[in-house]
Amino acid sequence: MTLATEVPTDVEPVVPRSGLVRRFLRNPLGLLSTLVLLAVIVIAVVVPFLGLPDPNGVNLREANRAPGAAHLLGTDGSGRDIFSRIMWGTQVLLAGSGISLAISMAIGVATGLMAGYYGGWFDSVASWFNNLTMSLPGIVVLLAVTTVVGPNVYIAMATFGILLTPAFFRVVRGAVQAVRNELYVDAARVSGLSDARIIARHILTVVRAPVIIQAARVASIAISVQAGLELLGITDSTVPSWGNMLNEGFRKIALSPGLILWPSLAIGLVSMALILVGNALRDALEDRGHGTTRAVRLPARTAVEPSATPAPAHPANALLSVQNLKVAYGTGSGQKEVVHGVSLHVAPGEVLGLVGESGSGKTQTAFAVLGLLPEGGHVSDGSILFDGKELTALGTKDRTALRGTDIAYIPQEPMSNLDPAFRIGHQLTVPMRTRLGLSKADARSRALALLARVGIADPEKTFKSYPHEVSGGMAQRVLIAGAVSCNPRLLIADEPTTALDVTVQAEVLDLLRDLQRETGMAVVMVTHNFGVVADICDRVAVMQSGRLVEVDTVEKILTAPSQSYTQKLLDSMLEDGPARPYPFDDDDSAASPLKAKE
Amino acid sequence: MTNTPRLLEVDQLAVEYPGHGRKPAFRALEEISFAIRPGETLGLVGESGSGKTTIGRAILGLVKPTAGHIRFDGKDITHAGRHDRRNLSRDIQVVFQDPYTSLNPSMTVEDILSEPLTIQGTNKKDALERVRGLLDRVRLPANSGGRLPREFSGGQRQRIAIARAIAVKPRLIVCDEPVSALDLTTQATVLDLLVEIQEATKVAYLFVSHDLSVIRHISHNVIVLYKGHIVEQGRAAQVTSQPVHPYTQRLFMSAPVPNPAQQRERREARRQLVAATTGQAA
Repeated sequence: MTLATEVPTDVEPVVPRSGLVRRFLRNPLGLLSTLVLLAVIVIAVVVPFLGLPDPNGVNLREANRAPGAAHLLGTDGSGRDIFSRIMWGTQVLLAGSGISLAISMAIGVATGLMAGYYGGWFDSVASWFNNLTMSLPGIVVLLAVTTVVGPNVYIAMATFGILLTPAFFRVVRGAVQAVRNELYVDAARVSGLSDARIIARHILTVVRAPVIIQAARVASIAISVQAGLELLGITDSTVPSWGNMLNEGFRKIALSPGLILWPSLAIGLVSMALILVGNALRDALEDRGHGTTRAVRLPARTAVEPSATPAPAHPANALLSVQNLKVAYGTGSGQKEVVHGVSLHVAPGEVLGLVGESGSGKTQTAFAVLGLLPEGGHVSDGSILFDGKELTALGTKDRTALRGTDIAYIPQEPMSNLDPAFRIGHQLTVPMRTRLGLSKADARSRALALLARVGIADPEKTFKSYPHEVSGGMAQRVLIAGAVSCNPRLLIADEPTTALDVTVQAEVLDLLRDLQRETGMAVVMVTHNFGVVADICDRVAVMQSGRLVEVDTVEKILTAPSQSYTQKLLDSMLEDGPARPYPFDDDDSAASPLKAKE
Repeated sequence: MTNTPRLLEVDQLAVEYPGHGRKPAFRALEEISFAIRPGETLGLVGESGSGKTTIGRAILGLVKPTAGHIRFDGKDITHAGRHDRRNLSRDIQVVFQDPYTSLNPSMTVEDILSEPLTIQGTNKKDALERVRGLLDRVRLPANSGGRLPREFSGGQRQRIAIARAIAVKPRLIVCDEPVSALDLTTQATVLDLLVEIQEATKVAYLFVSHDLSVIRHISHNVIVLYKGHIVEQGRAAQVTSQPVHPYTQRLFMSAPVPNPAQQRERREARRQLVAATTGQAA
């Protein structure tokens, strides 16, 4: 399991269904931008009823008037009221950009859904068309279209809409491909849902958010392109649009430099509003209620103060001693404690099992010792003593120096802990060269020796392989080789065999046991499996809901536990249970239902 | 001798995944034959890559068989079309391994549970009535309907998935590692729920798992798969305590027992077994 998923789910506040809207509205820029866009839409609707002067009403006697009572923003070179033209311009803007947006969205989303869901030839053809569209120089196409069909801004914008379809197609296709093989889509198929209903009910919800965000971006592109086309004067110059106003302003920039001001401001404002709305939507969608986690990082260190209740003294012979450890997420009133005062110790050469169900805090305790708690988590109280050093008082740099050399770690998911971009040999040798100061050749020979030691048949080949080229069991052996490469004194293994097949698990446990005996390192084995505990541990600590239930020798815990919770865990195991009785009263072997053929 | 009619018959099934480019095609299953009767649980056990999940997916129509036949209730469904599949969905249902991805995160529990019902033509009001009964059946709080999957724990989500599977009163449920992602105590209660439902409804299970002890707990008959082939099959008690095939023996010996002394013995026995079978095609 990755770090993020190990955070107990109850730490994460349950996000109500209206959370998205609320998160969005809490963003002041997003709210302001939404208001701007709403205002533009309202103006476009009500402008005919406002009794403004005719936006196209030429009156040369009134030309180039300064702002005043009669003309709020003055008049242009033909005596047309600038305020009125700005207001009427919203209609042209919404219609033009709206056509682009509607066309690109309709074609892009529909084809993206089909290409992503069905794949096959449709996907190939649609992708080919989209690649072609993207490689076309947009402005040349638009100029060609206006030359052929005449200077009509709406036809130009419709064409531009087609040129913009890849923006939606690619986003939708990607999102659909990501969920096409999700189990809930399979479950819907098994339920007999038609493709149309699967898409409508299960797939459309996934693409909704990215499509909305993309729409805001595409709209702002459409607006600037529309203004650009009008500015170039290749569209109908009789409509009162912001681009046309810019066009005139540029032509008369020497005479009346103020003319370009208002349309520029209007275009800038709307484009900015669209981009900010898009960003605010993205933030609202990505924020999953971890709003406070960032603020936590600094107070995390200062939060460690001498415990109010005197903790029992650290045992003298322990390599690692944890006293009254508390781990919490968040700060202040939102603080949520997940480990409530755990005390345990590990002697040199000892294997301690840390057992419990999910949410018991076993992984949190292990990560607190490693100093690798997920973001937002911190040690809120207690003491972690490693080899006489107080770890909670160490700075980040000292903690990092300790990890890898004195304290090593083996994760649950071997694959996600190897960088797919680098060869295995590289990932093994870099720590040895930086930590142990080995030369490149020495590190290489040591890595090969380690790979051979962990039971990899062809160390040279594995050394040169990329992580995806080896199996899960091999990857875990590689990580074990890496963990012991710098002679650690303490190894923390977080469910190291849970992701492996049972036959591979047995081999990896054998390897860990042998290595532990050879090197005399201490091991903290985090696991939920009592079989693994019986196989490798000397002592066992049982945890439940962030508390220690009991600590004892492995024989005692597994055969005669003193706590009822431990007994309950042992009872829920199926290992010793009887096989299910066979209810069919037929003749044993002859009519064995396993033989399908008569 | 009595011969209960067979509900599902699989005969010489083979599934091949097509290769990509120079990669040759991968034969995931070969010569798979078995049968399941009403009210019976057939356990499929094997390690990753053994093809156990593929068998379930072939029966559900999610992968296309390359050869062989699958008969349900006497009718050949090997290559059932979309229309036949929709009718079959009334009889064959599924519970997947991962309770986190098998429920649509944006749908309420009520919507998830009523979906298979409305597909089969139940009107909305009756469907919601039935959803309440289903929640009660899998022992979830009655007010769970309006909530989203993420508000539930793994075990509860798996109960929702089970409720969805039994909503249409199917005759066969393919259970693909339904308890592998769950805690020990949750695992036991979910298995007990499945047994209880089976005893009440006579539904048959095809139960896929990598865990021999889970298989032993729930199955009547067991098939052991290794690299796409059946290596051993028989009664659950026999296969899971006195396995005959070396691979099953190794699987059995590899699972650690929660007792240090016994585990030491088992470890020794496994080492001897592995040493004895090395070089032999397992």
